[in-house]
Amino acid sequence: MTSQTQNLSRSRGRAPLVTLSGALPWLICTLFLLLMPLIFTSNSALTIMNQMAITIVFALAYNMLLGQGGMLSFGHAVYMGMGGFMCVHLMNYVEDMSLPIPLPVLPIFGGLFGMGVALIVGSFSTRKAGTVFAMISLGVGELIAACSVIVVAFFGGEEGVSGDRTYGLPVFGIEFLHQIEVYYLTAFWLVLSALLMFLFSRTPIGRMANAVRDNPERAEFLGYSARWVRFYSFVASGFFAGIAGGLFAVNYEILTEENLNLATSGSILLVTFLGGVGFFFGPIIGAILFTLLQTVLSLQTEIWQLYLGVLFVATVMFFPGGLAGVIMMHALPMRLGKAGLLIKPYFKTLVPAVISMAGVAAVLEILYHIRHAALGENEMTLFWVSFDSHSPLPLILAVVAMVAGFWLARRGAPEMAEAWHKANTPDGGAV
Amino acid sequence: MRKPIKLGLGAVLALTIGAGSAMAENIKIAFIDPLSGPFASTGSNGLKQYQFAADELVNKKGGVLDGQMFEIVPFDNKVSPKESLIQLQVAIDQGIRYVVQGNSSGVAHALTEAIEKHNKRNPDDRVLYLNYAAVDPALTNDDCTFWHFRFDANADIKMDALTDVIKETPEIKKVYIIGQDYSFGKAVAAAAVRMLAEKRPDIEIVGNELHPIGKVKDFTPYARKIVSSGADAVITGNWGSDMLNLGKSVVENGFTGPIYTYYAAGSGITAAFGESGKGVIRLISQGQINPPESDAAAAYIEAFEAKYPDGNIDQPRITNAIGMLAEAIKEAGSATDVVSVAKALEGMEYDDLFSGKVYMRPQDHQLIQDMFIGAHTDEGVTFDYDNSGYGIVVEHKVEMAGMDSPTTCKMKRP
Amino acid sequence: MDLILVNLIDGLVTGLLLFMLSAGLTLIFSMMGVLNFAHASFYMLGAYFAYQISMFLGFWMGLLIAPIVVGVLGALVERYGLRRVHQYGHVPELIFTFGLALLIEEIVQFIWGKDQMPYSIPEVLNFTALSIAGNAIPAYKVFMIFTSVAIFIALLYVLTRTRVGMIIQAALSYPRTVEALGHNVPLVFMGVFGVGTALAGVAGVIAGPVLSTFPGMALVLGSIVFVTIVIGGLGSLWGALVASLLIGWITTFAKAYNIRMEDILTGIGFEKPVDLSEHMLRDLWTITSPQIADILPYLLMVLILVFRPYGLFGKRDA
Repeated sequence: MTSQTQNLSRSRGRAPLVTLSGALPWLICTLFLLLMPLIFTSNSALTIMNQMAITIVFALAYNMLLGQGGMLSFGHAVYMGMGGFMCVHLMNYVEDMSLPIPLPVLPIFGGLFGMGVALIVGSFSTRKAGTVFAMISLGVGELIAACSVIVVAFFGGEEGVSGDRTYGLPVFGIEFLHQIEVYYLTAFWLVLSALLMFLFSRTPIGRMANAVRDNPERAEFLGYSARWVRFYSFVASGFFAGIAGGLFAVNYEILTEENLNLATSGSILLVTFLGGVGFFFGPIIGAILFTLLQTVLSLQTEIWQLYLGVLFVATVMFFPGGLAGVIMMHALPMRLGKAGLLIKPYFKTLVPAVISMAGVAAVLEILYHIRHAALGENEMTLFWVSFDSHSPLPLILAVVAMVAGFWLARRGAPEMAEAWHKANTPDGGAV
Repeated sequence: MRKPIKLGLGAVLALTIGAGSAMAENIKIAFIDPLSGPFASTGSNGLKQYQFAADELVNKKGGVLDGQMFEIVPFDNKVSPKESLIQLQVAIDQGIRYVVQGNSSGVAHALTEAIEKHNKRNPDDRVLYLNYAAVDPALTNDDCTFWHFRFDANADIKMDALTDVIKETPEIKKVYIIGQDYSFGKAVAAAAVRMLAEKRPDIEIVGNELHPIGKVKDFTPYARKIVSSGADAVITGNWGSDMLNLGKSVVENGFTGPIYTYYAAGSGITAAFGESGKGVIRLISQGQINPPESDAAAAYIEAFEAKYPDGNIDQPRITNAIGMLAEAIKEAGSATDVVSVAKALEGMEYDDLFSGKVYMRPQDHQLIQDMFIGAHTDEGVTFDYDNSGYGIVVEHKVEMAGMDSPTTCKMKRP
Repeated sequence: MDLILVNLIDGLVTGLLLFMLSAGLTLIFSMMGVLNFAHASFYMLGAYFAYQISMFLGFWMGLLIAPIVVGVLGALVERYGLRRVHQYGHVPELIFTFGLALLIEEIVQFIWGKDQMPYSIPEVLNFTALSIAGNAIPAYKVFMIFTSVAIFIALLYVLTRTRVGMIIQAALSYPRTVEALGHNVPLVFMGVFGVGTALAGVAGVIAGPVLSTFPGMALVLGSIVFVTIVIGGLGSLWGALVASLLIGWITTFAKAYNIRMEDILTGIGFEKPVDLSEHMLRDLWTITSPQIADILPYLLMVLILVFRPYGLFGKRDA
């Protein structure tokens, strides 16, 4: 997590607020978002991209707590869910009483409502950090999720609350009938909220959140109340989670208990940590990867959650900085102009490693197929090859790939470590 | 179940390209139900029954129209409404026009609404929704749509049949109603109270309560209350582990009367009840498994069990869903014009493999069929569940249950 | 009145079962300062292993072997997983155990599938031990009570009366000093983690047949175990005992008696609205205690954390 400070240090000092190098990534991202629908035209691709955008906003909001404030929450779905529920209710009011609220501004109400809930919960939960905060968040999360099936008036019970986005005022003649219109609306809110969250991390209060995370006592000595700093981050995070909820409401037009429960809270923790909590863009990578795994991999294999679990545990054990951490590890070699040194050893180690992992996956898939497929249906397709799962040959091949890949990767590892060391050492001696 | 592993972008691309090459030969049917997570066993068992039904009833007979085959395309919704909507979109993009789903009325509500909106917004690629197990009465009453067809009897119809049986059982004087705290559990309880008051005003309802769904670890306190209330019979709409734990706990604490249930069979529940459920557990369902309705039905089940030794035919209505869809497509003369197919389904009469005639009521798209009340036992079981030696043997039959049951459905037809 | 006695016994069974889980968890917490989110998963593993063993060797061998296997697995997880993550700090440790819980659930589903397992009470104990006013108390429940009490006494004896227990206690408070005295502290930690998870395993073995053995069993019990030790005070064995029994009785009595919100509200002096169907608070008026029984512990935890953040018996400020 210390790499966060590294990231911040670049813009330290009295640098102008907007610089070209600072604005460039944002412009590229925006352009990218605008062009995506031209590449992926189908509605399902748009739906998946919308889902990604919502997860990104939510994960960034979550990382305001976890990454920037060091607060581990097990019930953050509550703020997104509450914001979303409010938005669906608003949508229905718009329909019933023809309130003059155009759809595109709806997420802001979700945000305000999420913030309101965070204000109430934060008033007592942010007094302490660490385990106490985590446990209160778990308790409150469970309570509200459980209430959602009991309090039918607001949460609609098990079937949830649904609305219709097309009854609002048309904006410039757009009625949001089509997925593409919703996509651009979501993309707009994604860029706006990501930018705001980024700017928040640059405000004094955002910086203080880092200080409180790393050493609350010192922060207190500097005259800042650790509790209030945590409280402000918490409320801001609740606001953006509520915006994500509002976007969810616009996209799916339905909110259910699922939006509040522990599983959703847990998966956003997963998303954020996979992506990397130490960098602003970490959760973005995590959200994209997770959504792809969830919607695409689950169509390909039934044991995708097993892979996800392995991936997650491996990330925590070996790359606590997440994917973003892995990427940023290469910043120094890049700056030194020595990244080229890494290519060959990477190739020699990672290719066998990938083969080995494919071997493991093949073994698992074959075993799963033998155990769970219909009798007589021995044929299975794996990596575009069809074969008989009950014959020993494929299993032997997979095991051989697994072991041989592992052995080769093991053998290449010292070379990679050496190259890594070299690439990170500036010419002319140690750092 | 062939499942190639293709990672990441390649698959996304495949999705986008898939839209173009969709309407080739096969008639694809999207199966949107849980294939992972806590309810996966129910979902994957349903998938097996669909694939088998499509093969046996349609494909082996040469398909429909000019030889078009049925293909069941599985989508894992993890019983989440959100995931269901995403998978629905993916299915629609693949050119799929028929969606089947059953687990959880919450998902069913989300799907009906989403399909209603989709069909309104995209009149060119409309979709039909064949619901085979979500039994919330609202789906064929206040929330009915033209695109939704239900092949299972709804909770009210089942309760109607159940109370008919209770009416004939004079020993039952006190009834205890218990259910999960959500729309379906409440619907069951309300129907039970209403119908018992109509048919057997002398019966005393000694308990009527709800418990949190999926959260109760130990049902002993509930069982104590049931036993000490002196109830002669228990009625519950519980499913999954809530069903099993409630039943076990009630039996363990000394209850001997019948427990009337909606979902106490298959998915490991029959095996887990085993001896303890004998003489206690009763099940209201459609489709007669034991004794087999006919030789054809017996042959069908045998063939299924030979193919899937771990599977159960615990949702016989799936044969109706597939069979009637095939008939409707033949009658409409087109698989792409779903409005004609829907109109052909309306009012259709069909011979159920596992009972007599069934009839798709046009007013609300509710399938009217015979209902059976069976007992959990190991005697006289031709086809058991979970390979446990135990199965459901039919004790009572209610013909064309709920034929004249009222509906508040005001269907808007295109 | 007889029913009260019956409910007291039922609550005791629930409480003691909870205690067997929370005892191990609280021990592990006082050692590593981290909540083990995967604790209930070891409980699940205990039940599944015992089921598998009981198929071949019978229930009693399952009771003997399964906890040992679970304990060894737990020790391995500590040695090769947690110890590695420990260097990154507490939050990653917590996240690691969280991920482990997910992974164990997936592995269990991979091996045993997603159905309920027909794991049942041994024939020897399948009779009614005693009957109070028509309410049967199965012999298995009596067995559960005695097993858990025996385990508690044994644990207390080992921790307070033996040399090993002294070293453990000392290592919990002053690991450096104990290490300087020549004891292998990492080994002690590994041992405590192993014993803690083995306890969870025992709980799984004896709870599996009554609470049913299925892949969701860890999730159902998971968070309630944290609630227990947080209420009792993190790291306190006595606190865990008191909180377990408290939760056992609260939930049992809330389910056993139909206390209606309507009665409470009118008792305080509120007036019941005539037409409830469209009233904003209609759901509040119709709440009954069995409906919310299993949520009460969470409410209790939030209240305790707000007013007494270190729990009922907790000494150190968590």
